[in-house]
Amino acid sequence: MRFRRAVIAVVLGAIGVGASGCMGGDDDSASGDKAAAKYDGKPVTITLWTGFSERELNVIKGVVGDFHKQNPKITVKVLGSVDDDKIIAAARGGNSPDVAHSFSTDNTGAFCSSGAWIKLQPYMDRDNLTAGSFPPSVQSYTKFEGNQCTLPMLADVYGLYYNKDLLAKAGITQPPKTFSELADDAKKLTQRSSDGKIDVAGYVPTWGFYENQAAHYAPQWDAHWTDDQGKSSLSSDPDWKKMLLWSKALVDWYGYDNLVKFQAGAGDEYSAQNAFERGKIAMMIDGEYRTAFIENEHPDLNYGTAPMVVDDDQSDLYGGGYVTGSIIGIPKGAKNPAAAWELVKYLAYDEHALATLSNGLRNVPTTDASLHSPELKPNANFATFVKVFPNEHSATNPITAAGAAYQEAAEQFFAKYQTGKVPDLQAGLEDLDKRIDDQLAQITQGQTP
Amino acid sequence: MTAVALTEERRRARRRAAWRRRRLVLLLMSPWIVGFSVFFAYPLVSNAYLSFTHYDLLSHPRWIGTSNYEFLFEKDPSIWPAVKNTLWLVAIMVPLQVVFAIGVAMALQRARRGVGFFRTVFYLPTLAPPVAATLGFVFLLNPATGPVNTLLGKVGIDGPLWFNSPDWSKPALVLLALWGIGNTMIIFLASLLDVPKHLYESAELDGAGAINRFRWVTLPSITPVILFSVVIGVIEALQYFTQAYVAATIARGGQAGDSLSDLGYPEQSTLFFPVLLYQQGFRFFNMGYAAALAVLLLIVSLAVTFIILRRAERLIHYQGLVR
Repeated sequence: MRFRRAVIAVVLGAIGVGASGCMGGDDDSASGDKAAAKYDGKPVTITLWTGFSERELNVIKGVVGDFHKQNPKITVKVLGSVDDDKIIAAARGGNSPDVAHSFSTDNTGAFCSSGAWIKLQPYMDRDNLTAGSFPPSVQSYTKFEGNQCTLPMLADVYGLYYNKDLLAKAGITQPPKTFSELADDAKKLTQRSSDGKIDVAGYVPTWGFYENQAAHYAPQWDAHWTDDQGKSSLSSDPDWKKMLLWSKALVDWYGYDNLVKFQAGAGDEYSAQNAFERGKIAMMIDGEYRTAFIENEHPDLNYGTAPMVVDDDQSDLYGGGYVTGSIIGIPKGAKNPAAAWELVKYLAYDEHALATLSNGLRNVPTTDASLHSPELKPNANFATFVKVFPNEHSATNPITAAGAAYQEAAEQFFAKYQTGKVPDLQAGLEDLDKRIDDQLAQITQGQTP
Repeated sequence: MTAVALTEERRRARRRAAWRRRRLVLLLMSPWIVGFSVFFAYPLVSNAYLSFTHYDLLSHPRWIGTSNYEFLFEKDPSIWPAVKNTLWLVAIMVPLQVVFAIGVAMALQRARRGVGFFRTVFYLPTLAPPVAATLGFVFLLNPATGPVNTLLGKVGIDGPLWFNSPDWSKPALVLLALWGIGNTMIIFLASLLDVPKHLYESAELDGAGAINRFRWVTLPSITPVILFSVVIGVIEALQYFTQAYVAATIARGGQAGDSLSDLGYPEQSTLFFPVLLYQQGFRFFNMGYAAALAVLLLIVSLAVTFIILRRAERLIHYQGLVR
C-alpha cells in the first residue's frame, strides 16, 4: 500500500510541478496601471521583435540605428520574422521582448483585454502625447474598450490598382469611381479564350481572392459590422446586402467555376507571379505596399492607383478607403519598460523615423506631422494612399477580444452566397448575425472585466 | 523472550528489505513516471479543467462552469459540419486506406522481379513530410495549371476543381492519403509473408481458387493486422489536421499566418474536428472552448476504439490461440 501511495504521490507531485510551470505567469491584469516608469539614463539593452524580414528588416534596423544615435545608452537588439503566435507563446512563458510589433490589428483586442501588453496611456500622459495625432481609424484599431495598449507603426491603406495599358486598349480613359462603373469596365476588360476560359479578368470579385475581404470593401459601401447596441448588423444594415448582390451579379457574369479556375492559376499574391503584376487582371483592390512589390518585381508595369470605387448611391464616400496597419507595444513582463517606451514613442511619433520607414517600406506614415513631412518621398501611385489615409470616410473594422472570428464567419457566408447555395439572402444574414453574436458572447464570457 | 525479539527483528529486516526493493523499483520507474505525469497526466487533467473555464491563452483561466459544453452541444454552428466531415473520413478514407494497402502489399508479394525497387517506391511517400506532400498535391491537382487536369483535358475530360470544390476537396485528400500508404502497406506485406504456406497448399488440394484462398486463408490470417490498421486509421482520422490545414490555406490562395483565414475552405468542406479546435483555440483566443472540444474528441476516440475492439473480437483470428 505504502508503495502505491508513494507512486501516486510522485505522479501528483510531477503534475503539480508541470501545472506550476505551464499555467504560470502572474495575474497582474492591471499591468500598466502603476505610474509610468521613467527611463533613468543608465546603459541598457532592449529587444524588439518584429514581423519584418529580409530587406524590410534592414529598413527597421536602419531606423533603430537612428534611435540609438539619439539614445546612445539604449542598445536595441532587433529580431525579425516574429509572428503573433511567437509573441503570445513568449508572453505565456514569461520571455517577452521589451517591444513587440505585430502585423495583425485584429489581435489588439486580445493583447489589451488580457493585459498581455501594458497600458500606454500613463506613458503618453506623462510625455504629453495624444492618440489624437492619428486619424480616427488608427485610433480605433490601437485600443480596445478604452485601453490604449498599442500604438501604430505605419498604416496599410487600400485603393484601386488598374493596368493603364489594358484600360487604354479597351477604350477606357479613366478608372471607375462607382461599383457599377467597375462592373461595366470589368466586363469590357475581360478576355476569354475560345473555350470560354478567362485569359484576362477585368476584376475578380470572389471573396477570399487576394485582398477581397469584406472588411476591405465595407467602407466603400458605408456598411457597418455592428449596430448601436454592439450587435452584429449584417442583416439590418442594407448596405451589406447591396454589396453582396453587386459581387454576386459580377460572379454570375463570369461563371463561378470559371472564376475559381482562373484564380487557382492566378499565381501567389505575394510573389512576382501575382496576376495583376503579370497583366492577367486589369483592376484589383490592394494595399499601398503593392507599389513596392511592383517596383521590385515588375518595374515596367504601366499601372495607376486611385481611391477604391464606392456605392453608386453614396458617391460622397469617394476618396476614402479601408485602413489597417502595424501595431507596437510593450508586453507584460518586459524587463526594461521605461527604455522600451522610449523606442515605442520614437517609432510611433517621430516624424523623421516615420518618414524614413515609409520611404523604405512603402507603408503610409501614421501621424499628421509625418504625412506632411518634407522627408516623405511618395511617387505618384503611392501618393494616392497618402491622400486616402486621412480622408473622413476612411475606416477600419471593429476590434474584438476574439480576433477576427466575426470576419471569418462573414467571409464564409459571403463566399457561400456567391456559389448560389443561399436561397434566401436576408434569412441567411439574420442567421449569420445570430451566429456571430453567439460566438462573441461565448468567447468573451468570463473575460477580465 | 529471545526468540520473540529475534522474530520481531527478522520482520523488521524483511520490511526494510522490501521497502528498499520498492524504492529501487520506484527509482527505476521514475523516468516513466515523470514522463507520464508531465506529458500525459498533467495535460489531460489540465485540459479537463480548462474546458470549464474561459481561457484566452494570455490571462489566467476563469471558471465559467459548463458554458463551453452548452455552447458546444446547443449553439456552435460549426460543430455539425466538423463532425460530418470527420465521420466522412472515418467511413470512407480509413476503409479505402486499408483496402488499398492490402492490394499493394499483395501485388508486391507476388512480384517476381524488382521486389526491392517496388517496395521502396511504394514506401517512399511515407518519408515525405505531410506539409510538403500536401503542397505537392495542391500543385498537381491545381484546376488551372496542374498536370492532372492538363492530362485529363488532353483526353477530353474537364477535370474537377479538386481542392477548390466542396465536392472534391475530401476525395483529393483521400488521394493524398492513399499515396502515403507506405507504413500500413509494409505491415500488411509482413503479415502476408507470414501466412503459413501449408494452408495455401491444403486449400489448393481442396480445389480452392484464388478468390477462395484469399477469402478463407489470407484474410483470416491477416485479421489482427487489419484490426490494428483500422484502429490506428480511425484514431488518425479523428486527429486529421495538417493536410486539411495546408490544403485549405494554399488552395484559397493564402499562406500560413494570414490574419484572416478560411479554415475549412471551400465552404467548410475540410473543416475537420481538430481544425475547428485549432481555429477556436489559437485564432479566436478561445482555448477554454477548444479544451471542451478536445475532451469530446478524447471521449469519442475512446468510445470508437472500444466499440471496434469489442465488435472485432469474433472476427479476429490469432494464429496459435486456443479459445
